[in-house]
Amino acid sequence: MTATPKAVNRLIEAFSRLPGIGPKTASRLTYYLLRSGKEEALELANALTELHQHTVLCSICCNISDQDPCSICADETRDHSTICVVEDPLDVLAIENTGRYRGVYHVLHGHISPLERIGPDELRIKELMRRLEGGQVQEVILATNPTLEGDATAMYLVRLIEPLGIKVTRLALGLPRGGDLEYADRITLAEALAGRREMH
Amino acid sequence: MRQERLFRTEGIVLRQRDYGEADRILTLLTPGGKITALAKGIRRATSRKAGHLELFAHSQLMLARGRNFYIITQAESLESLEPLREDLLRFTYACYAAELVDSFIQEGEESSEPYGLLLQALHWFAQERDLRLWMRYFELRLLRFSGYQPELFTCVRCLAPLQAVENFFSAELGGVLCHRCGTQEPSAKALSVNAHKVLRYLSTRSAAEVRNLRLHEGTHAEVETLLQHYIEYILERELKSVAFLRRLRRELRALERERSLKGPSPSNPGARI
Repeated sequence: MTATPKAVNRLIEAFSRLPGIGPKTASRLTYYLLRSGKEEALELANALTELHQHTVLCSICCNISDQDPCSICADETRDHSTICVVEDPLDVLAIENTGRYRGVYHVLHGHISPLERIGPDELRIKELMRRLEGGQVQEVILATNPTLEGDATAMYLVRLIEPLGIKVTRLALGLPRGGDLEYADRITLAEALAGRREMH
Repeated sequence: MRQERLFRTEGIVLRQRDYGEADRILTLLTPGGKITALAKGIRRATSRKAGHLELFAHSQLMLARGRNFYIITQAESLESLEPLREDLLRFTYACYAAELVDSFIQEGEESSEPYGLLLQALHWFAQERDLRLWMRYFELRLLRFSGYQPELFTCVRCLAPLQAVENFFSAELGGVLCHRCGTQEPSAKALSVNAHKVLRYLSTRSAAEVRNLRLHEGTHAEVETLLQHYIEYILERELKSVAFLRRLRRELRALERERSLKGPSPSNPGARI
């Protein structure tokens, strides 16, 4: 360990703090950057510096953005009476990629998880409730993940939103495209049966 | 059994955390003990395992020994406890039970009792009405299996048989003190006759007998505080899911009060708060 320069060790340590990266991968990445030359390393360094300098949290939907309000919240052609609630910013991207949604979003930044000590106060729930006060919102689509924690978060939100008289919906559950009926679990299959549609 | 490279076992998912691009590392309780296993590709929408390996899922698994942990090669759910998914309170109790098991059982410990107990407990939390009562029953059983059963019949100081009078409980000494010893022990807290009786009943009776037990709110609260304090003393840390459980109960009670002010509510078949 003493033979390795301090700067190298520092980067290895920084990399290994990232999720999914162990000490081996961290060293590999570090030595790759050493070999690949100054420019590539500098570009990465600049990207890292700018990451926090040039991003803000949208004060309306809590999504990560380069301006406040974000481009979606600022877009007047979008339907501001429908809010799609998601767990994290990448989910916004996924739904945007469908090209089928014209409403706006709200990013919670996580889900309720008693086991990780994440309760309603750790999520952007207060911000969501404030948005619903104005009376302009007609529908809230709960698009939290179809996991136990995602469901728990949705249940918690329904209880808060329902008394306001706003329509609350949950994304449909069922079989994934390209999936295999034989491998589907009971709950998914039962949901798919319950949510079947008439064909024309 | 574990010496084979590939083996089959049942298991319950206690905890999960994301790993790599689309994988998850699961903590599982099996009849052979607690293990850590990698579920590859489980976060992809088309994963054939995802639905069978959710939190608290009870599944039949095929495991391969990997270098660092087991790798799940197949999973098929044996039953699905839907109330845990559809009722936030029941879900939170299940979280609490999973957290307790995860804290009390160490990896590599060979014991099959905790597995049977957790499986039963998940059914209780999915079906029973008085969830608090079943949680206390669960806690006492788990304490017994892990060697921390509190002493409830003889004074932990003078060893005299305990009488049905107000006694004392000390987490530090691991049980009940008689009235005389208790007044001299600074770590001891007063224990009402009713709460003492309930503790004894829960630690000696079968599930069928426990089902008929009805507790007053005060006794419920006393037994709950006592056991939670005792458990936190043993684990030397705060329990994570308790904070959310308390908050949820408080909010649900407030909601119920509000509803009852508005007039008679339709009969509530769910869990008692």
